Parts: sequence; C-alpha cells; structure tokens
Amino acid sequence: MTGLPLTPSQTVGPFLAIALPWPDGPTVVPADTPGAITITGRLLDGEGAPIPDGLIETWQADPDGRFDHPDDPRGAVAPPAGFRGYGRCPTGPDGGYHIITLRPGALPSPDGGREAPHLDVTVLARGLLDRVVTRVYFPDEAEANAGDPVLSALADPARRDTLIATADTGDKCRFRFDIRLQGGPETVFFDV
Amino acid sequence: MTTHPPSPPTGLILPSYERPRGVHPPLDSAGYRSTALRAPRQPLQLLPQGLTEVTGPLLGEGRVAPADADLTTQHAGEPLGERIIVTGRVLDSDGRAIPDTLVEVWQANASGRYQHKVDNHPAPLDPNFSGAGRCLTDAEGRYRFVTIKPGAYPWRNHPNAWRPAHIHFSLLGRAFTQRLVTQMYFPGDPLFDYDPIFNSIPDPKARDRLICRFDIDLTEPDWALGFEWDIVLRGSVGTVFEEQR
Repeated sequence: MTGLPLTPSQTVGPFLAIALPWPDGPTVVPADTPGAITITGRLLDGEGAPIPDGLIETWQADPDGRFDHPDDPRGAVAPPAGFRGYGRCPTGPDGGYHIITLRPGALPSPDGGREAPHLDVTVLARGLLDRVVTRVYFPDEAEANAGDPVLSALADPARRDTLIATADTGDKCRFRFDIRLQGGPETVFFDV
Repeated sequence: MTTHPPSPPTGLILPSYERPRGVHPPLDSAGYRSTALRAPRQPLQLLPQGLTEVTGPLLGEGRVAPADADLTTQHAGEPLGERIIVTGRVLDSDGRAIPDTLVEVWQANASGRYQHKVDNHPAPLDPNFSGAGRCLTDAEGRYRFVTIKPGAYPWRNHPNAWRPAHIHFSLLGRAFTQRLVTQMYFPGDPLFDYDPIFNSIPDPKARDRLICRFDIDLTEPDWALGFEWDIVLRGSVGTVFEEQR
C-alpha cells in the first residue's frame, strides 16, 4: 500500500548542461568494443526545429537480454566488460545526440510473451514539465517486432514506425532515431 | 491499486510501480510558453512495466567524490552568498529509503546567474561558484549538500517574469520508472504566486512538497543555515502481476 505522496516533477530547464552531461555519458560501452553500435538522431519540436538544450537518456538489457539488477527475477547478471546499460547525451545545436552501445537482447515479458530488443528512452528538455518516455526498436528485427506486445498495441502502423530506428545504408552498426516531440509524425510517448 | 489475476506459469513476477495520477504537471501547460511547441499532442500510450522498466542503472560508485557535495569549495576562493546546508532523504512512496542512489544538483549563484552561455541575465558571475554538485544517498537514503542560496532571476516567459529561487535536482532511483527531475524551492518565496512552472503542478498540496523546510537543528552555528527536503519517488506495490492490457 502506498503511503507517502510523491514529489512532483519540474522541467529540467535550459541550464542542464551545468550538471547533467557526463564525459562518458554517450558511451554505454567503449566505442572500440566489438559489436558496438551507434544510434544517432535529432530531437525536434512541433515546427520540426532542432531542440539544442535537451538530454537523451537510454536504458537497456545487455546482448543476452539480462540486467545487472536485483529486481530481475531471473537474477542479476554481471554485465559484459565495460557495459553500463545506461546512456546519457545532451543534444547539440542541431538537436543531435548519439549513443554508443551494444544491441540489447530480446526479453521475456510478464504476460508470457517476448519483447523485441529495445532501448527505453527518457527525453528531458526546457519546455517539458515532466520527462517523456519512448522506445527504440531495430529495423532488422521484423519477426521479433511483429510479436512485441508494446508495438502490437499500436494499431496505426505510422505511429508504430516512429519507434523503429532506421538502418544506415552501408553500415550495419549505425542506426538513426529521430525524436519528434510534437506534430507531423509525432514520436509515440509512453505512460510508464 | 489494482487487483491482478494470478500469474500464468510462464510469466515473470515483477514489481509493479505506482502510476502517478494528478501529481506531475501536465505537459501542455499554457502559462509556460516553452511547452507550446514541445509538449506532445498525442495521448501517452500505456506501457506495461516489463523488465526494462522495473530495472535501472545502479550507478554512482566511482562517479562521485566526497568533495562533489560541497559547492562552496570547488574553487580557490569562497563563493559570495548565504551559505546553506540542504539535506533530506530519498524515499519511495512506501516509505522505504533509497540508498546509494545518485543525486545531481545545479543552480544559479547568489545573484541569480547561471554559469551557462545562454544565461544573459545582467547579474555578476561568481568566479568561485560553478553551481553543480552530486552525491550518493547513504544507507538511510540521506543526501547532503553544502552550497549558497541561489538568487531569483528574470526570464522571458512573460513581461516581468521572475523565477523563485530554486535548486534543480536529478534522481535516478533504482528503476527506470523512478527517474525524476525536479526543482526545490525555499520557504516563503514571494514569487510563488507568479511562477507558471511552480504553478503548473495542479494540486497546491503537491506544489508545497517542492518547498524545503528551514530547520534550526540542521543549522550550524556561525556557519550555515540548514534546510531539509525529502524526495519521494514512486513505490512498487509488491510482487503482483502486471495487469494485461
């Protein structure tokens, strides 16, 4: 039973760069780790303009679909060398961010199904009074994506597609994931 | 609180985190102009809490030095302003302490100026104050910072707009669901009634939970005023099965 009332959220404001960027924030694994992938994208507003004062954070399973966390009922598993699971990157003048990581594994879901490989994403920015949450899925996981309960719950394919990164032509280790906070093909955001 | 069917044999039993209702500000809040082009227009999609959501980064060790919690000793000299101690506990809504969690803070200096290139407020920078700190909560969930009281400052949201003095707080918690970024305010600030960010929180009682409390017992004689502020993150309702949707 819950007792204490929650502390409300407030915007991260325009000055997050004073404290929140970490030198190693974007590198969930060192860039030279075998199998490392890079996810790049831009954070855009309702007019399609870049948002230069945001922060993108990612959290994900390791390549085996495991977490170094006691609340995973399968047991906490030590991460692959140098893998933190968590990424954090401020957006630049062009709204751009990048995260270097390993591809997450698929996960068992509480309903007995399978969740396709994905990263959870938190977006923080001036003008956002609370964080917004989205997910990154992979374009070359068509079968897993088709069986994913979260993607399947989205009836409109155009909405669903906002959650699937695009592959970089020519480099299978690079993916693009733009985040549109509002309008146009607005990214799907979650009540988590 | 929901009742859940017993989990099927193939299911995972996961913590189920309280979903806040009526606590956080609505994303689309007309008084705060920057929301106009940044607040999503589509309704949020309900995300069942799976493994990715009930886990999270347990970081901090090696990322925080003891000196990071004292914002008054980061430079050759002492910053100008009213020296203060800000301390409190990080708890979940079940009243459980959240130990070893990373707390990051940032703030304006005593004149109301941030050490940031986009802050053009014509108030002096303080060469002895950067305005950023971090610490890990202890076994009882307690954090403690030494800093100076930040000044109020003007912003361009509307004519004669001023932000009440505040310190920004960022918390990771223990699960992705618990992530919180917020602002702590000081008691009795005359600017509360005029601030669209503070007032974006619909419930006045919830707003008041962002205001720290002066505490004479935390105040160190001949040294610094003490303020206490507890932070409550979402609790988990135990090992119930996530409702199928």
